[in-house]
Amino acid sequence: MASWPILSVTTFLPLVGALFIMLMGGEDAAVKRNARWVALWVTIITLGVSLLLAWRFDPFTAEFQFVEKRPWLAGTITYHMGVDGISLPFVILTTALMPLCILASWRTIETRVKEYMIAFLVLETLMVGTFCALDLVLFYLFFEGGLIPMFLIIGVWGGPRRVYASFKFFLYTLLGSVLMLLAIAAMYGQAGTTDIPTLMRGTLPLGLQKWAWLAFFASFAVKMPMWPVHTWLPDAHVEAPTAGSVILAAILLKMGGYGFLRFSLPMFPAASADFAPLVFTLSVVAIVYTSLVALVQEDMKKLIAYSSVAHMGFVTMGIFAATTQGVAGGIFQMVSHGIVSGALFLCVGVVYDRMHTREIAAYGGLVNRMPLYAAVFMVFTLANVGLPGTSGFIGEFLSLIGTFKVNTSVATFAALGLIGSAAYALWLYRKVIFGVIEKPSLAAIRDLGPREMLIFAPLVILTILFGIYPKPVLDMSAASVTALLENYHHALGALDGAKSAALGF
Amino acid sequence: MTEVLDLPSLQPVLPELILLVGAMALLMLGVFSGERATVAVSWLAILLLVAAGVLIALQPPERLTAFYGSFVVDGYGRFLKILALAGSAVVILMSLEFLGRPDRRRFEYPVLILLSTTGMMMLISAADLIALYLGFELMSLALYVIAAIDRDNVRSTEAGLKYFVLGALSSGMLLYGCSLIYGFTGTVSFAGIAKASATGSIGLTFGLVFLFAGFCFKVSAVPFHMWTPDVYEGAPTPVTTFFAAAPKVAGIAIFVRASIAAFPGIETQWQQIVVFVSIASMALGAFAAIGQTNIKRLMAYSSIGHMGYALIGLAAGTADGVQGVLVYMAIYVAMTLGTFACILAMRRADGAVERISDLAGLARTKPAMAFFLAMMLFSLAGVPPLAGFFAKFYVFLAAVKAGLYTLAVLGVVISVIGAYYYLAIVKIMYFDEPAEGFVPMRLELKAVLAVTGLFIILFAIYPGPLVDAAAAAAKSLF
Repeated sequence: MASWPILSVTTFLPLVGALFIMLMGGEDAAVKRNARWVALWVTIITLGVSLLLAWRFDPFTAEFQFVEKRPWLAGTITYHMGVDGISLPFVILTTALMPLCILASWRTIETRVKEYMIAFLVLETLMVGTFCALDLVLFYLFFEGGLIPMFLIIGVWGGPRRVYASFKFFLYTLLGSVLMLLAIAAMYGQAGTTDIPTLMRGTLPLGLQKWAWLAFFASFAVKMPMWPVHTWLPDAHVEAPTAGSVILAAILLKMGGYGFLRFSLPMFPAASADFAPLVFTLSVVAIVYTSLVALVQEDMKKLIAYSSVAHMGFVTMGIFAATTQGVAGGIFQMVSHGIVSGALFLCVGVVYDRMHTREIAAYGGLVNRMPLYAAVFMVFTLANVGLPGTSGFIGEFLSLIGTFKVNTSVATFAALGLIGSAAYALWLYRKVIFGVIEKPSLAAIRDLGPREMLIFAPLVILTILFGIYPKPVLDMSAASVTALLENYHHALGALDGAKSAALGF
Repeated sequence: MTEVLDLPSLQPVLPELILLVGAMALLMLGVFSGERATVAVSWLAILLLVAAGVLIALQPPERLTAFYGSFVVDGYGRFLKILALAGSAVVILMSLEFLGRPDRRRFEYPVLILLSTTGMMMLISAADLIALYLGFELMSLALYVIAAIDRDNVRSTEAGLKYFVLGALSSGMLLYGCSLIYGFTGTVSFAGIAKASATGSIGLTFGLVFLFAGFCFKVSAVPFHMWTPDVYEGAPTPVTTFFAAAPKVAGIAIFVRASIAAFPGIETQWQQIVVFVSIASMALGAFAAIGQTNIKRLMAYSSIGHMGYALIGLAAGTADGVQGVLVYMAIYVAMTLGTFACILAMRRADGAVERISDLAGLARTKPAMAFFLAMMLFSLAGVPPLAGFFAKFYVFLAAVKAGLYTLAVLGVVISVIGAYYYLAIVKIMYFDEPAEGFVPMRLELKAVLAVTGLFIILFAIYPGPLVDAAAAAAKSLF
């Protein structure tokens, strides 16, 4: 189709930038400045290329597009890249957030800037690669490789408990993923291929499907994260530098949801149907329980981290409802959450840069000194709550409808959980923004600067735009979602047919 | 014309002969010109190893035998021999600094490495029990002496003695096993044993157990690993590097060849043993390494763990499994050499240091070294996209294909535990405040580190050649 390998370019361009920064030498101050500018330009160009990708993308087919296939590992394991309507939104989400992350770190990161920028660019390559890979081994490579730069980002530039948080993050995720690796090996043994489009026909035997589903679930549930394996997330979020938290919340968590859509549903349809009640239960517990936990947090980042767990509950619920609305809602919710939670972490970063504390009790009455900030924060708080007119509403509403059709009680409980989300988000907003300034330390706090406004402007626009006009995202994924669900229900139907035939009906 | 003497064709053993004769010649050179020849002898030894490697690479691809079938040259052997030769050559290169010091100019060192390497080649090509034992002893005797090469140092001599005593014990067990096997099958050749053992007998199984005990000792697999930490720590660091690389290749080589070639009839029996040894080695390697403060001791436990992973491939007992073992050993050697290049560079103005805490803040004092060492450690932990991941991937692939699910699940879970201590070193290098810096790294160490580091990092881009070569080599065994 395309005459040049546009997906590989999108994926590896940041890596080239990282190499370039690595080879930079000279005076310390100059290196710092150059590293920042190079990183910024590389991420912007990558965004440009990925937008070209979106422009050339044909949304009316469920086929993989921009496919590249080359021999790689002995025989059947190939270097196979491609995007469809499910992965493309995430690719663009990643490339769009990266320049903002670099900008957000412009002033706050002063030590080891060069290494920091290298780590972020490498991370971008690995994240984009994860969403583009069409071979299980290749996917695993990108998926797991992301651990190394993130480990360093949390550990080197993180807060006081960074060592604990980085180890917990790394080992938790690794444990989940190695089980997936075994499942990949087993599938390779069974099907003789690790090609994702081939395996997506969902023809694996039932016994293997169940085990493989559980193994993939172990990996994605940790990544997502689902209750009860979410405990690494608050630690990692709190200790990571602002941009690290943004990437973690906006992109890395989405890999779990993407994994469910790309692997669990199409490759193990029967197992997915069997285990759906388990996922529903965990999702509802996550929505209700973590909302309650968020209510008692004293640390702003921790509160947002718990709210992420709750919001991801909607995603898993919607995906495993396996209805068009549910899955589309899940995808939309992930995109929206990527924007909103990323923005919320950036909001926390703004005040943290000024006051060097994230304690909610240390703030109050910011609206008096920072009206712009208060407005921006309000938009994202309301989007987080799911107010109609913001992007958060569309995702939650669709996934709730989708689930309601399948399981009424789950949808009811999840809807009740929304009240909790409104409670903690508004409580946080009131505590931090409203009231009068009592603390002397806050008396001289500055409002958003031009750089910060530049960061927030696109996020505010997108949040409201997608809230009013969600069509771009929904249209992009519609064909793929329809095809996914058709295959899924077809596979289940075939299975039921086989079962009843076996019983002699 | 009548033939007076029926000389067997020596063409297949040409590389080994060259090494042997070369070692003698270098010994003479050393004896007559004294310690000033040490550096020259070292370079000549490297040259000999390279020459032998080239000859092996140029050998015709078919299966050759010599000495009436007791010495076999096949694709499998060639792959591992080149690996062992490369390991030995690089180790001599890395020892140049050690040998250059005025009180350590021992020209015997490169000669002993040559002899030991000859033993390894013999071992890799052994096709009967006698050849096996010959290779084993030639390799080991040289190793005992090298462990104690720093003869004025108490720790080094202790390491040598400990290694010798325990090694002699293991040789005894091995020999006893050989005699049992001979007694119950009436032959020493692997092919003959395979034929005679098609049904298996209790006596044969006994012999097998003793034979495996000897193998486990050589590759330092649990429960015969006890010597490893002490010898690794006590021996001079270049010697430790040698122990960690080439002899492990030879040990694993004969372990695999003997199991596959001589005992296909009692596979279920030896598979159980290998599964146990593998799990125990992985677990001990992971848990015992956590508490270590000395980096050489840590590497000892790390190598015990890695032998456990390599043996997963043998436990599978298939061509896929053997391919996994070969890939694993190749990548393991690269990782080991790279890591030890860093350990050898841990040197301050007042001498070498070996505590892990001495690496504190290395990312700021020596960013390049810290980066490569971190990549080595992530690779040892098996994190993609580094080469160490592919090593593990192939053995696990084989294990899952062979239906060894318990082994595979335990293996991956233990690999997460093992990741902890590798991460702990990365943490010390990257997160902690800098300690006193090291003196500049020597050129040859830099070269070794750069080559192995790039191999580890870039392997993912073009893994084809190594994987294909290993697959072809593994096929030649079946």
